[in-house]
Amino acid sequence: MSEAVHSDYQGAKIGMWLFLFTELMLFGGLFLLYSAYRMLHPEEFHHASQELNAVIGVANTLVLLTSSLFIAMALTAVQQGRHEAGGRWAALCAGLGGLFLVNKGFEWAAKFHHGIYPGSSLVKAMPPGEGLFFGLYFTMTGLHALHVLIGVILLAVVALLVKRGRVRQGDCVLLENSGLYWHLVDVIWIFLLPLFYLAA
Amino acid sequence: MNDMEHGQGHIVEAAILLKVWGALLALTGLLVGASLVSPTLAVAAMLTLTPIKAWLVLYYFMHIKYEGPLLRGMVLIALSVLVIFIGMMFLDLAFR
Repeated sequence: MSEAVHSDYQGAKIGMWLFLFTELMLFGGLFLLYSAYRMLHPEEFHHASQELNAVIGVANTLVLLTSSLFIAMALTAVQQGRHEAGGRWAALCAGLGGLFLVNKGFEWAAKFHHGIYPGSSLVKAMPPGEGLFFGLYFTMTGLHALHVLIGVILLAVVALLVKRGRVRQGDCVLLENSGLYWHLVDVIWIFLLPLFYLAA
Repeated sequence: MNDMEHGQGHIVEAAILLKVWGALLALTGLLVGASLVSPTLAVAAMLTLTPIKAWLVLYYFMHIKYEGPLLRGMVLIALSVLVIFIGMMFLDLAFR
């Protein structure tokens, strides 16, 4: 019986990593596009990135890095049998993910207000390189925000399962795999910050 | 290895997690500082500090430091494929 538990745990984790590799290639392809177009239009990318709010980008970085710490703390706590603390860390992590989305909402709303959105007349009138920059900006941060939204829902469910004792010491691969997903979302943002917000 | 028999992985001490978080914040500070100095320094910081930050998350938060050779090998292969893709694209663009 203990053998079966053993292989389930390893299998579940390897399955999660295989999924994360497909995510890596999905975002990797977009990073590839970004790099190619930045090489072809360096001045336009530099100029367009000055439009972005670096303060909100850095603030959201601090939020995500801290949320990653929280979910790692949640796993450590549950593994050590401190379930109440574990559930609390996971819920706090989901809360920080929500805060990230609120900030992102304000950021995008300000861009829309200034007439910068995919296909807007202002973006169409820009030099091609700047239009590409904003196209990539909305695609990449938008796809990332979708991942954050899924992560927030996932972590809220996991926090509830920890609270109810369904995810517990010795049987917490769901929390571990959710944490792996959340950390990957954090790693992608680590790359998005300098590429878009600090490029000016 | 003993941890794995119980259906859960290696336990990373909270103190280590806190140190890694501190290092991530410090590196972010350096990255932002460099971007304010000059565009050249900003690109240099992006190409060095960003992979270090990603490595810290992968190694400690995602427990790669404590995994066996199978998972470590899988991650290494996936990342190598991505690096080869990016390298091939730059070779193509640079020698047109």
